[in-house]
Amino acid sequence: MATIQKILVANRGEIALRAIRTIKEMGKQAIAVYSKADKDALYLRYADASICIGEAKSSDSYLNIPAIITAAEISGCDAIFPGYGFLSENQSFVEICGHHKIKFIGPSVDAMILMSDKSKAKEVMKRAGVPVIEGSEGALKDIAEAKVLARKIGYPVIVKASAGGGGRGMRVVEREEDLEKSYLAAESESASAFGDGTLYLEKYIKNPRHIEVQVIGDSHGNAIHIGERDCSLQRRHQKLIEESPARILDEKTRTKLLDIAVKATKFLKYENAGTFEFLLDADKNFYFMEMNTRLQVEHCVSEMVSGVDVIELMIKVAEGEKLPEQHSIKLNGHSIECRITAEDSIRFIPSPGKITKYVTPGGRNVRMDSHMYQGYVVPSTYDSMIGKLVVWGETRERAIAKMKNSLSELQIEGIKTVREFHLKMMDNPDFISNNFDTNYLSKF
Amino acid sequence: MDKLEIRELMRFFDKSDITKLKIKNGEFSIELQKGLDTVTVAAPVVPTAATQAPVFEVSAATSAPVAKKSTDAINSPMVGTFYSSPAPGTPAFINVGDTIKKGQAIGIIEAMKIMNEIEAEFDCKVIELLVQDGQPVEYDMPLFAVEKI
Repeated sequence: MATIQKILVANRGEIALRAIRTIKEMGKQAIAVYSKADKDALYLRYADASICIGEAKSSDSYLNIPAIITAAEISGCDAIFPGYGFLSENQSFVEICGHHKIKFIGPSVDAMILMSDKSKAKEVMKRAGVPVIEGSEGALKDIAEAKVLARKIGYPVIVKASAGGGGRGMRVVEREEDLEKSYLAAESESASAFGDGTLYLEKYIKNPRHIEVQVIGDSHGNAIHIGERDCSLQRRHQKLIEESPARILDEKTRTKLLDIAVKATKFLKYENAGTFEFLLDADKNFYFMEMNTRLQVEHCVSEMVSGVDVIELMIKVAEGEKLPEQHSIKLNGHSIECRITAEDSIRFIPSPGKITKYVTPGGRNVRMDSHMYQGYVVPSTYDSMIGKLVVWGETRERAIAKMKNSLSELQIEGIKTVREFHLKMMDNPDFISNNFDTNYLSKF
Repeated sequence: MDKLEIRELMRFFDKSDITKLKIKNGEFSIELQKGLDTVTVAAPVVPTAATQAPVFEVSAATSAPVAKKSTDAINSPMVGTFYSSPAPGTPAFINVGDTIKKGQAIGIIEAMKIMNEIEAEFDCKVIELLVQDGQPVEYDMPLFAVEKI
């Protein structure tokens, strides 16, 4: 595999800037693409070239496969870095890159297809020896089947509408005597809400923590992990604060979790970076949820504790290089990331507009990944995330203290941000004592 | 504008809430921008087709010639490679001075191995060809300076 010379960054905002930085540091050329809404973005000037690919609407620009492939071709790119969101998990995009002899910096189409199908992914993970949430294989026939299955996997269980979403057609069942009632309620609810009354059943994980493992595989069949992350602090399934390591884990559970993730990566012959997401229950049992076949927003906390540049490693793996040995990856200290979004701190209502003042925090082990600048206009067209404040401390306590300081140094005027929310969290006794789960913020 | 006047202007600009200021007077032009650590005084730019920077050299993009305000332009509807004639060696679709009708073919843009014929969106007269045959073009880039009829 030849060395990659010129990489098209098929993304926008902070992750585009993040990628441009590493590409340039590696002595390669970075080509940025942008929509008309992003034409004034400062990071475009840091790229070796930038190409307008369409109108503001994502479907006309950042999701416009012909425009992005053509931009890569006219600028002579030999690889595309997808980032997260947009086309990063689009299987046809990966295939088309292949047809055009452009290296997609990410996993193979096959791995992507396999992991995007939830039931298939669960089945494969089970074969790889990864604990999965026990449940029905597909739809339930009737109450009798539900009863037998629930007895086998143990209560509490949850019955869910196959067509469901948003909490409708869903019932948590604590005891067998409640099963029939809950089953019928979920069935009629889902039939009226989705026109489809089919249900499935699985073990219900009470008050889970969201723990994930950063893995990366190479084209030689090697795989390593770069530690785990705790992303339990979420609002409506949107992560807000991420940490590494997950202090909730004892050493034995952590070792087991990391080993299983690496084994699964090798089992899949998975190439490039990916993340295994798990739910951790109160008894420290973990269950596979899904695999994200791309770089994640919160990769920065793994970089801070390991000193590894994950994007650099992704590019090297795409070039056919061998991964470093697992023992050379040393994980130290504690890192916390706060996602800064253009939303108000109380109701999280989006707040696009012009940034009239911007002062970034700094100092030892403080990292601000953002494409913001004074005068930048946050467009209303895209995701509300405008930056990530990441810190590292010798201990979790020190990292919290550092984050608190950094957040108070951060000044963004002209738009509303979630800075105040994060500041409050750094003083929150439950956060400080690490006593929360994925439902914590919904109780506010 | 002399040096003193420029300095005065910069001081005024610095105190104001304006983040970008462009002044053009004949051959002279000045551009001030805040929050980016850049203050540029541009030399007069006389665009010619031959010295036109390729689209993918971004450093030149800020000073790249754009169709003059007084005239209209036909912009590229897509990213790709521009061709001025239907096939190599054949006459160009249009030339300077031509009067073209809405819907008339005016060029081809190749994107993903597909030749896309570009049509005029309105009746107009061709003032200037802004891109060369075989040149890569980005979305919305002016291809022809025209005068609406």
